[in-house]
Amino acid sequence: VNMNLSNTECIFFVASRLITRLLHCLWQVMKTCKKMGIKTVAVHSDVDASAVHVKMADEAVCVGPAPTNKSYLNMDAIMDAIRKTGSQAVHPGYGFLSENKEFAKRLAAEDVVFIGPDTHAIHAMGDKIESKLLAKAANVNVIPGFDGVVEVSYTVNMVVLATTFCKEGFRLSSQEAASSFGDDRLLIEKFVDNPRHIEIQVLADKHGNALWLNERECSIQRRNQKVVEEAPSTFLDPETRRAMGEQAVQLAKAVQYSSAGTVEFLVDSNKNFYFLEMNTRLQVEHPITECITGLDLVQQMIRVAKGFPLLHKQEDIPINGWAIESRVYAEDPYKSFGLPSIGRLSQYQEPIHLPKVRVDSGIQEGSDISIYYDPMISKLVTYGATRAEALQRMEAALDNYVIRGVTHNIPLLREIITHPRFISGDITTNFLPEEYPEGFKGHQLTSEGRRELVATAAALYVSAQLRSQRFLGNLRVSTTPQEQRQWELCVELEKGSHTVAVSRSGSTFTVEVDGVTVEVSGEWNLASALLPVTINRTPRVLQCLSRDAGGDITLQYLGTQFKVRVLSQLVSTLSAHMPEKVPEDTSSILRSPMPGSVVAVSVKPGDVVAEGQEICVIEAMKMQNSLIAAKAAKVKSVHCKAGETVGEGDLLVQLE
Amino acid sequence: YTHIYTHRQSVAQSEVQEQSRRWYSVSHLSVQERIDRKRNAALIGGGQKRIDAQHKRFAGDSVVTGQGRINGRLVYVFSQDFTVFGGSLSGAHAQKICKIMDQAMMVGAPVIGLNDSGGARIQEGVESLAGYADIFLRNVMASGVVPQISLIMGPCAGGAVYSPALTDFTFMVKDTSYLFITGPDVVKSVTNEDVTQEELGGAKTHTAVSGVAHRAFENDIDALLNLRNFFNFLPLSNQDPAPVTECHDPSDRLVPGLDTIVPFETTKAYDMLDIIQGIADEREFFEIMPNYAKNIVVGFARMNGRTVGIVGNQPKVASGCLDINSSVKGARFVRFCDAFNIPILTFVDVPGFLPGTSQEYGGIIRHGAKLLFAFAEATVPKITIITRKAYGGAYDVMSSKHLRGDVNYAWPSAEVAVMGAKGAVQIIFRGKSNQAEQEAEYVEKFANPFPAAVRGFVDDIIVPSTTRKRICRDLEVLASKKQTNPWKKHANIPL
Repeated sequence: VNMNLSNTECIFFVASRLITRLLHCLWQVMKTCKKMGIKTVAVHSDVDASAVHVKMADEAVCVGPAPTNKSYLNMDAIMDAIRKTGSQAVHPGYGFLSENKEFAKRLAAEDVVFIGPDTHAIHAMGDKIESKLLAKAANVNVIPGFDGVVEVSYTVNMVVLATTFCKEGFRLSSQEAASSFGDDRLLIEKFVDNPRHIEIQVLADKHGNALWLNERECSIQRRNQKVVEEAPSTFLDPETRRAMGEQAVQLAKAVQYSSAGTVEFLVDSNKNFYFLEMNTRLQVEHPITECITGLDLVQQMIRVAKGFPLLHKQEDIPINGWAIESRVYAEDPYKSFGLPSIGRLSQYQEPIHLPKVRVDSGIQEGSDISIYYDPMISKLVTYGATRAEALQRMEAALDNYVIRGVTHNIPLLREIITHPRFISGDITTNFLPEEYPEGFKGHQLTSEGRRELVATAAALYVSAQLRSQRFLGNLRVSTTPQEQRQWELCVELEKGSHTVAVSRSGSTFTVEVDGVTVEVSGEWNLASALLPVTINRTPRVLQCLSRDAGGDITLQYLGTQFKVRVLSQLVSTLSAHMPEKVPEDTSSILRSPMPGSVVAVSVKPGDVVAEGQEICVIEAMKMQNSLIAAKAAKVKSVHCKAGETVGEGDLLVQLE
Repeated sequence: YTHIYTHRQSVAQSEVQEQSRRWYSVSHLSVQERIDRKRNAALIGGGQKRIDAQHKRFAGDSVVTGQGRINGRLVYVFSQDFTVFGGSLSGAHAQKICKIMDQAMMVGAPVIGLNDSGGARIQEGVESLAGYADIFLRNVMASGVVPQISLIMGPCAGGAVYSPALTDFTFMVKDTSYLFITGPDVVKSVTNEDVTQEELGGAKTHTAVSGVAHRAFENDIDALLNLRNFFNFLPLSNQDPAPVTECHDPSDRLVPGLDTIVPFETTKAYDMLDIIQGIADEREFFEIMPNYAKNIVVGFARMNGRTVGIVGNQPKVASGCLDINSSVKGARFVRFCDAFNIPILTFVDVPGFLPGTSQEYGGIIRHGAKLLFAFAEATVPKITIITRKAYGGAYDVMSSKHLRGDVNYAWPSAEVAVMGAKGAVQIIFRGKSNQAEQEAEYVEKFANPFPAAVRGFVDDIIVPSTTRKRICRDLEVLASKKQTNPWKKHANIPL
């Protein structure tokens, strides 16, 4: 590749932790820059000073305090920093200013190269309503009936899909939009049934050339955010792919697009596709396209920004193998498929020791996940010659991914990629609510799975017991140690109790669970976060999250965390005599489901609320959550007020 | 009918006694026995029957005593039996306890007491009181010779409370155990206060408010299992070294998370427990008094398999400053470690002693001196890591080089100074206008580890992620440390 960028070239990164967290890409961009010999500057807010991208950059500038409108959205401060560091190019990062046309204009005025499309394209595509009109003019399929005027007779697909609470939904959505993007207009469009979200990656230069780099299927979503993506799609045939690709290129050319971009389509069950929007930036899921095409999109973007023509022709763009990306989020998948969680990453190990696994992340062990930003931890990409191979690698990668200190969505990811419907490729954007109408409940154990889990927990317990009897260099331990050969245990799991007999030979434990023999062997390293074992000759990687003196062990098995209690037979019989603890009555108290800040409190002490009535609104990581009363009652006390920051589980309101 | 029952009871008692010789070994017989007793107590009930029973004699009286092994290591145990005379303490009861305590002292093995007693046996009068005093004397004599642990598993009232108070550690069972000098009825008649048993002397009160108990557990079983786990940290006596167990955690493991844990803003809090768990073997930390005086963290952990006592200021609570309660909590813990050859690791982030009238009137000078005393007299290996602030007198107190610290490290974020920049500038440049400028200069000059390092008060400024590696290496070196204080009858710690 002919890169005529001199070493003195400096690229300036407007990258918040949002990006950093989503750093994924940014990190990749910086790596590419280093490879190309380009100096890098990162900006950061007060709280991000120790973020990975800041450390990685050659220079760092602080632009303000944590709230994004005072730092990453503060154009004056950022322009100042650009001038001060003498940067010749700006990489706008993702989100925030990356699609802000005003920003692009100011850069152009100062003769600074904006890595990305020019102002005109951003302007054209940045507005969802205008972009549809443009697409229609460029002969791109758009959703029928749409003509720029809202027709209320259509079923509307709003950000919050709740027709009866339309007003409520509208208020929340526009507030969210205003809080993060400074624009409170909403788009209303026709509802497409059984839709799949498939997008085409395009790459265009400043000389009127444009390519389509095949599709990415991003149908697995929750609350309109992508969770699992793959390239190529199982659904498209070559004709549809070409038709979509050509329309995407038409659109890019129509707006004189010159960078990497993504044209998103909704595809219905008859393979009719409709233009949704165009993203004028490098997307989170771009690595899977890189995997199957072999192109480095970042490098291409920088080349294009410098004015070089594209190197490739459309027929040079292959589909080699299959790539899957899972977005690993710091959120609790058991609450509406993912509510943000915060904390400090006390332990963090990426599964990069596995072959064909790529992890793009902006965090490291010790990082704090705060309420201010998007909760993405990393994007985990696996690649294989076939889809099955890529999926298998993804399973292994998820099992080997160690994240401690924050709740994460690996349980959900692992369930999705092993779901029969996902494996068969029969997915829509409603996959999650359709498959888990009651909400996600974690992996459901089969009786064999139960036995495996119980056996492993029992073996782990016995190895820990045996080790606690081994003292080094202590002369006062009984000289006639009687090592137990056989253990009679009782293992409690999910309210079920199993009688277990364990015997050991070397590092192999023969465990009889309710009369069925399971053989478990492994290294039994009690300090390691990963617990690689062979269960009945099948290798598996479990994780031991905690193990305490009371016999409680938390294991991560097939992605989901299970609490297991291992007790000796005797202790178990005696446990029955222990007084039962009365759990707290949860219907009359309202606790914060996640850490965040209180946006509004709609009740005061003495008010009578109806069941389902909104009590308060909590906002975290750009998302607002309306908390409702679980029963009709009088409000006893209110423990929060608007503007306050609350932690997960904090008492907000008490009912009578 | 009663006769048959009591007869069975006495037989069962002697059986239990037989078994109790080994009952604290791996087999958990203790649990069995305790539960049986609880059930019996329910059967017998209280009231008239109990008074009737008090005129009977029982084989073995109201306490079970014996010795056994926990994970192969010797221990002496006594367990009071509430089903016999309400566990009340008679002369015979006391003699049995004294007997095993004497033996424990002779062979050098810890004593564990499971307390469940209504108090003195009134019928025996002064004999019972004498019994208490005999036990107290032995508690005092054994103090610092063998570790003594009390587990309160039921009521423990009146004079009986002083035995647990004299032992090294007192653990309680939530919701079912009580410790008080006088019960709610007497309190009501004397001070006219309405208070429940739980509020007056429950586990929550003593672990969070009074600081009498060191930890509370969910139920009897949980308590006994945790006690077994805790026992593995302790040496058998003051003649034995701290135990070393097999360790799977590499001693040279780097802890990358520590490089970013201390925030840039000097006023921002972080959790000291994150540091402690980060460096300890397998992140295991047995915290002592986790709910009391939370501005200091104390507890046991292992480094490369070897037991260490850890003391750390907790910036998350009251900025980690030292006050009356935290000084006393820290001092007692340090003295225990020193008495039983357990090396002490100290993590320092302390802005100073807590100011205010309540502290001064409460005697912070006297109480703070306890912690200073304890660190100064300790002769076990002492390793200190200054993570951030080490200001003023509190810097001296927290196991500084001047108090015979063996290895004193500072992280790059350390600020060893007489006080914070703002306060210092206000005093030195009182009334001057360029205070911000002066503050910056002060920070530049004093708010860093160099002034201490150039004088040798800090041995090295280390990369935080290498802390574990260095401590493990230093502990290995210091394992053979020999240091003695001048002969004295005993020191005079400012009580």
